[in-house]
Amino acid sequence: MSILSCPLPLPAIERILLAHGGGGRLTNQLIEDIFLPAFANPALQARHDGAQLAISGSRLAMTTDTYVVQPLVFPGGTIGDLAVNGTVNDLAMCGARPIALSAGFVLEEGLAIEMLRHVVTSMRDAALAAKVPIVTGDTKVVDKGKGDGIFINTTGVGVIVAPNSIGPESVRPGDAVLVSGDLGAHGIAILSVREGLEFEGPVNSDTACLWPAVEALLEAGIEIHCLRDLTRGGLSSALNEIASVVGLRITVEEALIPVSDIVRGACELLGLDPLYVANEGRFAVFVADGDADRALAVLRSQSVSRGAVQVGTVFEHRSGIVTLRSRIGGNRVLDMMSGEQLPRIC
Amino acid sequence: MRFLDEYRDYDSVQRMAREIRRITTRPWTLMEVCGGQTYTIVKSGLQELLPSLITLVHGPGCPVCVTPVAMIDRAVATALLPHVILCSFGDMLRVPGSTQSLLDAKSLGADVRIVYSPLDALQLARSNPTREVVFFAVGFETTAPSNAMAVWQAAREQLANFSMLVSHVLVPPAMEAVISSPQCQVQAFLAAGHACMVTGYEEYFSISQRHKVPIVVTGFEPLDLLEGVLMLVAQLESGRSEVENQYIRAVQKEGNRHAQARVTEVFEVTHRAWRGIGEIPGSGLRLRDQYRGMDAESRFNLKLEDAEESAECIAGLVLQGRRRPYDCPAFGNRCTPDTPLGAPMVSSEGACAAYFHFGRRKDNVDSLVSLTAASH
Repeated sequence: MSILSCPLPLPAIERILLAHGGGGRLTNQLIEDIFLPAFANPALQARHDGAQLAISGSRLAMTTDTYVVQPLVFPGGTIGDLAVNGTVNDLAMCGARPIALSAGFVLEEGLAIEMLRHVVTSMRDAALAAKVPIVTGDTKVVDKGKGDGIFINTTGVGVIVAPNSIGPESVRPGDAVLVSGDLGAHGIAILSVREGLEFEGPVNSDTACLWPAVEALLEAGIEIHCLRDLTRGGLSSALNEIASVVGLRITVEEALIPVSDIVRGACELLGLDPLYVANEGRFAVFVADGDADRALAVLRSQSVSRGAVQVGTVFEHRSGIVTLRSRIGGNRVLDMMSGEQLPRIC
Repeated sequence: MRFLDEYRDYDSVQRMAREIRRITTRPWTLMEVCGGQTYTIVKSGLQELLPSLITLVHGPGCPVCVTPVAMIDRAVATALLPHVILCSFGDMLRVPGSTQSLLDAKSLGADVRIVYSPLDALQLARSNPTREVVFFAVGFETTAPSNAMAVWQAAREQLANFSMLVSHVLVPPAMEAVISSPQCQVQAFLAAGHACMVTGYEEYFSISQRHKVPIVVTGFEPLDLLEGVLMLVAQLESGRSEVENQYIRAVQKEGNRHAQARVTEVFEVTHRAWRGIGEIPGSGLRLRDQYRGMDAESRFNLKLEDAEESAECIAGLVLQGRRRPYDCPAFGNRCTPDTPLGAPMVSSEGACAAYFHFGRRKDNVDSLVSLTAASH
């Protein structure tokens, strides 16, 4: 038998793939190759969830996000909930109290007004719960087939109330890594509707406003080093981004990472890894080692972070890396997601 | 979670690993045949629990990895035809053909859909009578019954707009090819449990006898794999070469006769080219004459030149267990899951992708081993 080998594909014209929006390696490539060089400035360079701006003595945070989720309504929420909570959460991850949101709508010709009303109502309710007004907006309509019902962009402005700088660069060896609750529910809720899958119980999206949990930590005087919401790319991508910025080793214990039985079962079945699945109401907190127990107690006193646990620790390392100690006691690298998570054949 | 947690239990796994360490006195090289097993081994860090005398090499049992470039090219060409909906299992989408992958075709406007079952493709054919629905039938004996079922059902319903691009492969001929190679280092096989669930393992007796090689039919959870290793090492240490079944909760000697009957009714054995390895006689399945009308290759007259294969990627050697993924100069730099040069870098079951994702790069492996040692 001759030993042949795989071919080198011819260089093709580079095009945008869905994975460029997936929050993993390709998204990072776009940011590094196209956006950062074009827009270079110090606020952007920090590459945090939101930009931090010092304006005449006060510190503001600003962030923007665009929501293109399908279906528009899913178990546990709507695109409107996500558009409010997602942006408020990006501000919260800067240690900022949200003060105002904008909302831009791209609507597709033919959309039922009733659907728009439903989505807008859920935005209002989410904004009320987050105690943040939606103060300005914009509407555009595109031809049928040129959109997907509703796309929403929201921009948020907040006042930073955290006393010290919160971000990857503040992470130190010895820091405890906490997550605010069980992972993967949002991604699996969306997938179950999209693929028409049914499980033994309902899987509801975890979409929620995280500011109350962050505010409680700050009020308790916890020394927060870094906050990160675990959206696209899930826990692994968030930890990898932080590890690579700060150049340390983050080690997590698989057995400590909370994943509900339904989400675990769905992931097993579909060949997905819950550590890469998106969340819309979960975040990771890096705190000084001595503050870990107190931080957990504070988090558990808030409904949105009742299931908080410590999942890992930060160590010195020659370069940024995330390792995972598996349930059976072996160690491996926990990598950033490459491309989209694709279901396996068998 | 039942049926999972007990096979990933820390204490049971550590006990089994200790037993393997206790009985191992000499170096042994074992091949796990199936990519699903490779995935578990690398993902759970299982290799570090084994004594250093035992080397696990990763076999050719990854359907995505062994599907030849020419088949990918045919799938891409089919997907780009107007009126075609091409359905595929998810991890075939990123595999590079000679010029593009199915995902590239999708970004050019081709209607490519991920399905979880060929029966989903049948449903698409029923609900889109004006479109041609083509299912890319890839896989080993494990997926053959459901694919056969889809063809049988389509024929029964006279669904004229359904067809199949068939690239089915069979496990035992590939094991035979690996063990017959003069450079083969493999001394024993962990056979693929899920394929045996369909076929049984009667076919392995002759391979084991003729090549004096121990074969243990093995499952996919960490405890399954360690028990399989223990059974192989026990055979090797005592000079036996027998066929044994570790995966008794799923596999019976005779397999699933109903599934076999459906496969035999729809498919017949044929020669098949394996990506990176070459043609292996009698190693694939194709549609029988009476179902040939549903063969997408002839329906769409897909006569493409077989693509040239280049020398950069060492996938063939990796798939035969003769090289580690990180032995490849392109590994992790020119070849990554985002820019795969070869198929084993694409599927999560591919050895290269598993090594890449779970950090088994040459410079990392030592530090992972010491982390594990420190935690004992």
